[in-house]
Amino acid sequence: MAFARGYRRPLPGFGISLGMGMAWLGVVVMLPLAALGVRAAGLGAAGWLRAIGDTRVQAALKLSFGAALVAALLAALAGALVAWVVVRYRFPGRRLLDALVDLPFALPTAVAGIALTAIYSANGWVGRWLEPQGLKIAYAPAGIVIALVFIGLPFAVRTLQPVLETLGRDQEEAAASLGASRTTTLRRVILPELLPAMLTGFSLAFARALGEYGSVIFIAGNLPFKTEIAPLLITIRLEEYDYDGAVAIAALLLAASFACLLAINAIPLMFQHGKRTDG
Amino acid sequence: MADAHDVLHEPAWVRRTLIALAVLVMLALVVLPLAMVLAAAFAKGPGVWLAALREPDALAALNLTLFTAAIVIPVNAVFGLFAAWALARFEFRGKQVLLALIDLPFAVSPVVAGLCLVLLFGAQGWFAELLQRHDVRILFARPGIVLATLFITFPFVVRELLPLMQQQGHDEELAARSLGAGAWTMFRRITLPNIKWGLLYGVLLCSARAMGEFGAVSVVSGHIRGLTNTIPLHVEILYNEYNFVASFAVASLLAFLALVTLAAKGALEWRYGADLGARTRH
Repeated sequence: MAFARGYRRPLPGFGISLGMGMAWLGVVVMLPLAALGVRAAGLGAAGWLRAIGDTRVQAALKLSFGAALVAALLAALAGALVAWVVVRYRFPGRRLLDALVDLPFALPTAVAGIALTAIYSANGWVGRWLEPQGLKIAYAPAGIVIALVFIGLPFAVRTLQPVLETLGRDQEEAAASLGASRTTTLRRVILPELLPAMLTGFSLAFARALGEYGSVIFIAGNLPFKTEIAPLLITIRLEEYDYDGAVAIAALLLAASFACLLAINAIPLMFQHGKRTDG
Repeated sequence: MADAHDVLHEPAWVRRTLIALAVLVMLALVVLPLAMVLAAAFAKGPGVWLAALREPDALAALNLTLFTAAIVIPVNAVFGLFAAWALARFEFRGKQVLLALIDLPFAVSPVVAGLCLVLLFGAQGWFAELLQRHDVRILFARPGIVLATLFITFPFVVRELLPLMQQQGHDEELAARSLGAGAWTMFRRITLPNIKWGLLYGVLLCSARAMGEFGAVSVVSGHIRGLTNTIPLHVEILYNEYNFVASFAVASLLAFLALVTLAAKGALEWRYGADLGARTRH
């Protein structure tokens, strides 16, 4: 913005920094993804039909998308609760609670996976109380969802938190002075302001959950057609040297990742537009 | 005044209930797994814990994890600096596309990233012949693990530096240039001191992910004990062998690392929050 094209740029290093950045992006990220893209395009209609027609693949994709959707919703709700409490209320241990939000991000996924499995298996801390009630969590879809909520929580909280912090009290005061009750203010004034950030957090959590592997494979049980997630099926196809089968599933997951990124970039624009037309 | 105060806040019982619920959610979801790792790691006493860490395969895994981090962190930091400089200080066509592409590794499944590397360097891969002719191994060897980790941790440093540099603006750098400073002097005396805490923050996040990465590394490593096992992969192998105490002992090492990361992150935010930019949170 500051520099019109064609002028001599007053700051040095444009060529080299852009060149180095692009080269690095190209070698580390784009080249590997291009290999997948080319291979997926080369599968042809027959290859795709064979891969997608496989009922085991369909079951894995259904489970992955379903569990990611439920988990991202739960993470968005739990994240909203935690973000609200941490930003708006003052209580002892608030800073610690805030710091702990990042633990699922900092804790390696495999560690989270074995810990959650140990907690929810039949003789675990929680599992021993729930299994006699008929609630099976480890080695069942519920366990997959719990692992994915764990992974998604930091994304939900951290996208909402800055918005809550900068949300002025003016509008709330205006609503209150016009006679709105606290619940009306929350529903009509605060919630619409938070909605874009909640949607972004949901999309981030969903994208992460869809591709998540380490924390899920331990708790899932990995039974074909029942508790086998799509990323795991990719590794199984690879071990069987069924490259085409692995590529087809991976290409679908990659397309979903692209869609999530697009949505994340489009969400703020969508709401900006809405605001402008409303006046 | 008292009335205005009341309509601006939830009733006390609502506040208390919400706080209790939030604490409960965090206890059940986050604190419990951490406690589980530590409890299981020390279930048979500190002697058994230490023995699991001093076992040769565990030491080899630790060695490989540190080796990988020692390459990945500086490479991503240096190239991240270059990319952040181009993106924060200049306008050019395709900038938005470049920004979106940088975020890709956040959204791509680690397993998909690993598969991509197999398609490049595997037996049927693009570079299979070239690698065979020069007798270079990438897959099931250290280079593959480094490349997978580079892919996964790619965005962290740029994403931390970019908003910070945008927010700081270029006035000081322009002033230095107009006073005759060379490019390197300007970078060393103005840019680097301004962004050093943000850079450290990005490096911290990058190193936490680099040492903990599992899915992508799992696909390209081949799980050769003592040779291509990182710490997280070693945890998996021990766990699948029903050697739970050793598995949790090695896992506790990673849990300590996560706690150190959180503490350092908290300290940076608390001490240098203003120098980290508005968007300190990823």
